Amino acid sequence: MSHIHTESSEVLLSAQGLSVRFGGVLAVNDVSFDVRRGEVFTLIGPNGAGKTTVFNLISRIYTPTSGHIDYLGPHGMVRLTDQPPHRIAGLGIARTFQNIELFEHASVLQNLLIGRHTHRRTGLWQDMLFTARTRRAEIEAREKVEQVIDFLDLQHHRDSMVAGLPYGVRKVVELARALCTEPRLLLLDEPSSGLNVEETEDMAFWISDIKNDLGITVLMVEHDMSLVSKVSDRVLAMSMGAELAMGTPAQVQGDAKVIEAYLGTVDDVSSLRRSTPLEARP
Amino acid sequence: MRFIFKTDYDQDIRLAKHGGHVFWYSLLGLALLAAPWLMSEYALAQLTFVLIYAIVGLGLMLLAGFTGLFSLGHAAFLGVGAYTEAVLANAGWPFPVSIAIAGLLSAAVGMVVGLPALRVKGIYLGMATLAFGFIVEEGLARWESVTGGNAGLSVAPPAIGGWVIDGTVGFYFLCLVLCVAATLAIVNLLRAPTGRAFVAIRDSEISAQSMGIHLARYKTLSFALSAALAGIGGALYAHKIQFLSPDQFSIIQSIDLLLLVVIGGLGSVHGAFLGAIFLIVMPQLIAAAKDYLPESVGQSTGLQGTVYGLVLIAFVLFEPMGLYGRWLKVRTWFQLFPFYRKGMFKRQKSFQKSDRLK
Repeated sequence: MSHIHTESSEVLLSAQGLSVRFGGVLAVNDVSFDVRRGEVFTLIGPNGAGKTTVFNLISRIYTPTSGHIDYLGPHGMVRLTDQPPHRIAGLGIARTFQNIELFEHASVLQNLLIGRHTHRRTGLWQDMLFTARTRRAEIEAREKVEQVIDFLDLQHHRDSMVAGLPYGVRKVVELARALCTEPRLLLLDEPSSGLNVEETEDMAFWISDIKNDLGITVLMVEHDMSLVSKVSDRVLAMSMGAELAMGTPAQVQGDAKVIEAYLGTVDDVSSLRRSTPLEARP
Repeated sequence: MRFIFKTDYDQDIRLAKHGGHVFWYSLLGLALLAAPWLMSEYALAQLTFVLIYAIVGLGLMLLAGFTGLFSLGHAAFLGVGAYTEAVLANAGWPFPVSIAIAGLLSAAVGMVVGLPALRVKGIYLGMATLAFGFIVEEGLARWESVTGGNAGLSVAPPAIGGWVIDGTVGFYFLCLVLCVAATLAIVNLLRAPTGRAFVAIRDSEISAQSMGIHLARYKTLSFALSAALAGIGGALYAHKIQFLSPDQFSIIQSIDLLLLVVIGGLGSVHGAFLGAIFLIVMPQLIAAAKDYLPESVGQSTGLQGTVYGLVLIAFVLFEPMGLYGRWLKVRTWFQLFPFYRKGMFKRQKSFQKSDRLK
């Protein structure tokens, strides 16, 4: 799939020299990368590599200690790191969360309608009086939401409460809610975690459909390497908050430093064979 | 059982979803309109109190039940509204203007009190609002030149120009109109983007923010709307009770209001009404039961508090969704008769449990 992709040089999101320090921990250390329009860009790395932190920097939950992020919004280039967090969705960046953050005590439909929040055109008083304009806007929002429901086959769950849904469905609902914002850039934090093999395959199809049919750029964090190599155009491997390698999935998987980060070096392995207690090792 | 065939998105937006709604709510409306001729004057006065508490309850429901922000000092907003109305009515202002000012002033105070809500959550917000409640109660007692202090303040009946509403029936209809208007406003908000934003904040702030919801703006808005309804309710309360003193707006009143929304059922508009009925009917029931209880129990001062406490504990343990949750179960039982299963409402609970074990 990734081979059909035509190389486009337009940069949608550009991170330059990002660093975040939490007290004594350098969670992200001088990371730079560009996400091009129309590609699936994946961050991989062992646990604690700083992948989700990078996501939280883009969605402005954290502020970088140094470095900045530029983003090509609907009205030209903006410095993302200067924007308040609630402005991010309006710029066309939607995200999902690693541990599903849905609105538990609302129906699937309501969850998806909340995804339309940035497109609201009515104010408090119009809502309170439920004017003709509010009614029209509601029906338009519903039509958009129904398109997403069709796209992700969520018809059966439309009126279910999220609190009663199985994990796999919640994962799809979260993806649907992100799509309802009509994003230009979609951030997926571990889309396949907790899914079984079939559900992961569905997810792979949807991600490539999102890229090819909807034309949405995807930036994702993922551990499942089969999913990564199926859908990604480019991969950035991180470890201990720093960049390790960047390239196509195959290049990154073959990179010596990446293998070392995941599996350790030959020295590490041979050191395990020694009979000396662990504490005695340097 | 009723199956609704949907052919239009408007069917999901409409207030009355099917013929049953139209029928029962029309019947309720007719009963409320006919109430003055069907009820004794005493019962009508109690019904008026139910309507007033329902307005206040709707406000607190919006804040606690739909935005997830708990206020332990809501009686303060009630007090601000009541005293504003009393002072303006005594100065001869027309009722529509004075009640609007009472609501607006309350809303303004609510916005100020909402400011800590932008920083603190849960129990800490409870403490901040609790402290605010004490400050207002103390302020009402000390600002004697305006409020009359602990000596109290009598309230003139509502008047528009030369037309004075001083009868029980006239005032009942005034409360009914305002209560219906408040209910429609809240129900409309909840089916529109504003209400959904509140629900989003209640369920996941981080996710609401990433959907583009301005947390500070909507939390402040929720506080303001909630306080405005409490202020309007307070203004009606002032006219109904005709004599104000600061101790009517103490922490006991705040806790009563919190009881109202919790026992009514957090997160349901019906709950505000069921809770208001509970709050008005319960003391009457306790008073009636006193005659049948042994004297040592019936005449002891803490009886009402004890009963309230036991009822609250029972609800938290057995029916966390409150009276409205109980009603949903009863309704389902009738709809499905004879196929109702005991575990029907268990499912979400068992999922959460398995989720926690992981």
